[in-house]
Amino acid sequence: MAEAAILEVSGLRKEFGELVAVDDVSFSLAESGSLAIVGESGSGKTTTARMIVGLERPTAGTVVSCGRDRSQPARSTKERRRRGREVQIVFQDPYTSLDPRQSADEAVDEVVKLHQDLPAEQRRARVQELTELVGLDTREARALPRELSGGQRQRVAIARALAAMPRVLILDEAVAALDVSIQAQVLNLLADIRDQTGVSYVLISHDLAVVRQLTDDTLVMHKGRVVERGPTAQILDDPQVDYTKQLRASVPRPGWKPPARAGRTTGER
Amino acid sequence: MSSAPVASTDVVIGRSRRPLPIVTLLRATGPVGIASAVVIAAATFIAAFGWLLAPYDANLTNLTNTFVGPTGGHLLGFDVQGRDVLSRLLAGAWTSMLGPLAVVGICITVGTVLAVTAAWRRGATDAVVSSGLDVLFAFPAILLAVLAAAVFGAGLLAASIAIAIAYTPYVARVLRGAALRERSRPYVAALEVQGASATTICLRHLVPNIMPLIVAQATILFGYAMVDLAAISYLGLGVQPPNANWGVMIAENQSGILEGTTLPALSAGIAIVVVVVAFNLLGERLFENTRKGR
Amino acid sequence: MATPAPLLEVEGLSVRLEVEGVRRPVLRDVSLSLDRGEALGLVGESGSGKSMTARAIDRLLPAGAEVTGTVRFEGTDVGALSGTALRRYRGRVAMVFQDPRAHVNPVRRIGDFMTEALRMNQGISVRDAERRAVEMLGEVGIANGARRLRQYPHELSGGLLQRVMIATALLTEPALLLADEPTTALDVTTQADVMAILDALRREFDLALVFITHDLDLAAAVCDRTAVMYAGQIVEIHASSRLHDDPLHPYTAALAAARPDITRTARRLQAIAGRPLSSFEAPADECAFAPRCGYAQTACRERLPELVRLNGGVSRCVRAHELRSMLGRARG
Repeated sequence: MAEAAILEVSGLRKEFGELVAVDDVSFSLAESGSLAIVGESGSGKTTTARMIVGLERPTAGTVVSCGRDRSQPARSTKERRRRGREVQIVFQDPYTSLDPRQSADEAVDEVVKLHQDLPAEQRRARVQELTELVGLDTREARALPRELSGGQRQRVAIARALAAMPRVLILDEAVAALDVSIQAQVLNLLADIRDQTGVSYVLISHDLAVVRQLTDDTLVMHKGRVVERGPTAQILDDPQVDYTKQLRASVPRPGWKPPARAGRTTGER
Repeated sequence: MSSAPVASTDVVIGRSRRPLPIVTLLRATGPVGIASAVVIAAATFIAAFGWLLAPYDANLTNLTNTFVGPTGGHLLGFDVQGRDVLSRLLAGAWTSMLGPLAVVGICITVGTVLAVTAAWRRGATDAVVSSGLDVLFAFPAILLAVLAAAVFGAGLLAASIAIAIAYTPYVARVLRGAALRERSRPYVAALEVQGASATTICLRHLVPNIMPLIVAQATILFGYAMVDLAAISYLGLGVQPPNANWGVMIAENQSGILEGTTLPALSAGIAIVVVVVAFNLLGERLFENTRKGR
Repeated sequence: MATPAPLLEVEGLSVRLEVEGVRRPVLRDVSLSLDRGEALGLVGESGSGKSMTARAIDRLLPAGAEVTGTVRFEGTDVGALSGTALRRYRGRVAMVFQDPRAHVNPVRRIGDFMTEALRMNQGISVRDAERRAVEMLGEVGIANGARRLRQYPHELSGGLLQRVMIATALLTEPALLLADEPTTALDVTTQADVMAILDALRREFDLALVFITHDLDLAAAVCDRTAVMYAGQIVEIHASSRLHDDPLHPYTAALAAARPDITRTARRLQAIAGRPLSSFEAPADECAFAPRCGYAQTACRERLPELVRLNGGVSRCVRAHELRSMLGRARG
């Protein structure tokens, strides 16, 4: 499949005391590829994402990005910064993923300064380039987060992540908290960005329709393990595993009715 | 989605215009808060310029005037050593306000550093710091100040440092909670992933975001420090007579109360109460505002 | 034969709230009606006023709210009720919220919480109330009801707790259930479960339902009719099954088109430019959706569009009749 995989995850495992949150997850992501990790709460998808980006330390397994191992926490700030240029992340909640005291310009500027040593004039141009890339106008770029809507804040978060020029962008339910019409805008934006910059995506999501829109391949996780994997269209059109079938059957779409209940459950969910 | 194209000369990395934070902070405290702020500003002014404003020399004694009541230009009369009470009150504002300022300066700084370090590192560091603070909690401020006086001799500096040490755990505990909350926010994680150093994140992002709470704490503690330091000076272990100081004035002039000349001691006491209440009222309101999210 | 009066009639409901010292409209001229046993979906994005409508019906508006227009339940004006009558009304209309944990006392047991209304308002003994509670828990698919009654809220998962809330709501045998995004915070498989339960119970108890959500298809799953709201106004009411093929308002068509399709990989989505307007930002004398509407004309900006009836539904679009054939085909 992938000649030069930009991200290679192998045997990833995470234990929190007794609980095994992630159990033997492996995949590889090709350059400019787009992979979805699908699951519900407790599936381990968010923990996996956090391990890839370095916010959580794997109990076992390896994460290799751009040919360099990043399974263990970075030893120095310089190393962390270098890793930041490989993999970046956009979080779900637009309301807490920005420093409330910084405007979009300032937030992006700070990151540009971290990674590039540019004279002030050029840095300003770079910041503008990024804010324009995500579709923010001048007023929005200068506004504080509390003056911006959820969709606008997510754009800022995306611009900030892209300021590091990462090869891989992890989108941790990044559109889940947005209104439908705004979600569509941001999804289009993400598709455009991928076309323009060649960045690869790892989309963590519970929303199968969004997954179909944005990704080429999918990993389905359930209780910490990968239960099915394959091209997104195939997984959604012809799921093989029971859990995936159940997931698919539960997604509302035009004409959908809730699946009939097979008698009383034991009330575990 | 996007808007009209922007010429490169229009771009300035800046922010939309907004009022100074201190103005919004004060405006949000309501009329009581603003009134308190005015009182505090007046007290500060007097502390700075009291010695100039005093109509008479605050240290000029004249035993023939001992406890003489208000006459002529002496609005508050004379104290136990025949000094003009009003002048002494104005001149004494300096040490009365300086001590608490030192206390607050020290305990807020140390407390913030401890709280942020514990919140940032979490785990073992947090456990150690929290335990250390728990130990410090056991020591009442006045006791530590008395001990300091015993070891280092009486004086404002020793007393202030001792009281600051006693207050630090309170500050650290409150700030630690807020710092932990900020630290767990995604924007902090985003900066970590970007490779910003811990110091940068703490100084440029974490602390500024808990600053309203820090200011509220500082304000409230100023009041408490003032009371404690006045008590220490009253006991003779803080500011030494004949230096003008409100706590000292209460001690010096208390004998006058029995004779019927209450003004010298009382005026100093009232000065303390007024300033402390102002700090408390303002501080409480600032604190409430942080709870409400400004 | 005369048709029975509607169970719920909302006429010209407008609500103004004080937001940061200024009185702003949050609902404008909302009118809808619901028959006994009928289910109505209320769909909208942020700021559309859908939650506020439910609150207005249940008399849960914040203090200082200025309400004009009427809400009539079984013929009685709800706004005029107070005291015992109001409490009795609340027993007839039950509400389920998005976040069950925010509406439950964490230090009381499930049993206490569930039986409270029965014990307080209907004077039923604890033992009888608990018996009914266990039965109802069974109806929502929770076995071991007796054990569950002894548990605390934190011991239950989100899905389980939400089912408990539904069971609790049904205990007072209400005629109307208001569900405000009851499944938004749940996993999708849990959501499907809860929706199935809601659907089944509604039919079993002949319950009228107002189901609030941002998801058109979810509303259509259990509701015969759907009302679409935008900027504090109703912009369309139509049979749920017709919403995709025959939308009566450009916003409905745009909303349906903006949602990614799970069955096809499309190159781009048909996003709506701009962002959803809240009621208090929307102008009072023109169509609130006009700036974002692909079909806007000068007429749309001249006055606030009235609700017009067509094809068994209503639409707040000046060009509703003209656009009918075009809107359905707008979906790629």
